[in-house]
Amino acid sequence: MQYKSQAVAKYYFVGAIGLFVAQILFGLVMGLQYVVGDFLFPAIPFNVARMVHTNALIVWLLMGFMGSAYYLVPEETETELYSPKLAIAMFWIFLVTAALTVLGYLFVPYAGLAQMTGNNLLPTMGREFLEQPLITKIGIVVVALAFLFNISMTMLKGRKTAISLVLLIGLWGLAIFFLFSFYNPDNLVKDKYFWWWTVHLWVEGVWELILGAILAFVLIKVTGVDREVIEKWLYMIITLTLITGIIGTGHHYYWIGTPEYWQWWGSIFSALEPIPFFAMTLFAFNMVNRRRREHPNKAATLWALGTGVMAFLGAGVWGFLHTLAPVNFYTHGTQITAAHAHMSFYGAYVMVVLTMISYAMPIMRGRAANSNRAQVMEMWSFWLMTVSMVFITLFLTAAGILQVWLQRVAVTPMSFMDTQAQLTLFYWMREVSGVVFLIGLVVYIWSFFCNSGESAKA
Amino acid sequence: MSGTFTTSTARNIFFGGTLFFALVFLALTFKNEQMLPQRDQRAQLASNPAIAAGKRVWETNQCIGCHTLLGEGAYFAPELGNVYKRRGPDFIKGWIKAQPTHAPGRRQMPQFNLTDKQLDDLVAFFKYASEINTSNWPPNIEG
Repeated sequence: MQYKSQAVAKYYFVGAIGLFVAQILFGLVMGLQYVVGDFLFPAIPFNVARMVHTNALIVWLLMGFMGSAYYLVPEETETELYSPKLAIAMFWIFLVTAALTVLGYLFVPYAGLAQMTGNNLLPTMGREFLEQPLITKIGIVVVALAFLFNISMTMLKGRKTAISLVLLIGLWGLAIFFLFSFYNPDNLVKDKYFWWWTVHLWVEGVWELILGAILAFVLIKVTGVDREVIEKWLYMIITLTLITGIIGTGHHYYWIGTPEYWQWWGSIFSALEPIPFFAMTLFAFNMVNRRRREHPNKAATLWALGTGVMAFLGAGVWGFLHTLAPVNFYTHGTQITAAHAHMSFYGAYVMVVLTMISYAMPIMRGRAANSNRAQVMEMWSFWLMTVSMVFITLFLTAAGILQVWLQRVAVTPMSFMDTQAQLTLFYWMREVSGVVFLIGLVVYIWSFFCNSGESAKA
Repeated sequence: MSGTFTTSTARNIFFGGTLFFALVFLALTFKNEQMLPQRDQRAQLASNPAIAAGKRVWETNQCIGCHTLLGEGAYFAPELGNVYKRRGPDFIKGWIKAQPTHAPGRRQMPQFNLTDKQLDDLVAFFKYASEINTSNWPPNIEG
């Protein structure tokens, strides 16, 4: 580790992995409720499990991004972090806020939680992914601003590189677009319109800048390829991302009451959204093929290549599958959407955070790379989680196609619940794949604890 | 990727391209705002306070955690954007009051203990949602 203050990243990475476990456990509960409808009812109704599943994901990815930034920025700017103490304090505030929010979801009926936390003052709750009580949302803003202050001040006093600039733009964008979560007009169409300015402009906009910057950083480190080459790739990728992704927001504006011209704009621009992801795949493989050194951390390289491939498949291919308006007319709001969401979040954001953790964690623990045994275990976890996620996606896609057929295309359409009963087989297979994913996650965590024996020195 | 194509050229293309397409998006948003009054039933919303109150009932009971509304939400339970047309007001109220069914193995909807006023507000909200011009989505009444 070149700079002492980089060590604050460790808190964030450990916190992120802890919430990752919670996310997967609640995912398995939901998966089972899809087939055994009354499982854990009324203790944990589906909607509660889903809030924990999605909110834990969002928070742990944010923690992963923050940890990555705290690790990456000192090294890129060649200076210590502006305030390591602030970074650690913010970690605890973030973790406690997240934990209290989850406890609130689990132990207080949602309507009561809304009342307790002053939702009447400024109603923001009860919208998908933005279910957090007002005070939690304010907490997120405070943590994000303190974090941005810390990172921006560090950058101002140090070397400016393209990677840190792109990362910073992405992080500022993340904070700014989150502010739309406070805007909740009574007009449902406007509510939905601007809800997407947080949700879409995060995951198909500024988050991709963060993803690109982290990937570029790790690729420089593990391949030793010239910074100039990597930075040009990075700019090219994020240019393609934003020129397709911003107007690509239109693919959410087909059926929510917005004008019909969005069907053209949304279809054309979002059909181009796979291109930056494909460029990212080429980028990762190209850089690894042109490597100038053999970095001892093979696992990190595997995660980096995996990110390129899985982000392209999940976000690019599975996104394109249902993005054209005439197709989306039939697939909107079905298991096809769920299939895409699972593989794209895993392939793009989960994997890039795990790439960074894989690269940085051994160094923060005083070695260039983990022991061979630990790396082999980590690579096993890579394959278990990645392959099971492919199967989760395939089974949900199969369920979605059947659902569309029975409920929306057939001459005599079935009701929603009758259709669901026909999909049981696929839901069971999805749940089995989910269990394999959990095994992969256990192996992943285990790999952190089997470093006895030889390990490359830092 | 060498010669005249420098990192700063790449950076300028990024800033220029992003700015241009962001401006196009803002223009489309402006046009969107102009066209919405013909589609989003805002006259109804302004004249009937029950709709906004119903939206609050919808939100504070986290209905979106199981259901979709105009196709957005969770995919565990039926689409409700058109439930007013599919089931009608009395069925909706009776259904919510009768939950949970406790049918073994079936998906269960919690009992939310809504008052009669809250139920009426929610129904007003569903009626409003069902009259938004969604370009003929969903494909049929089953949602």
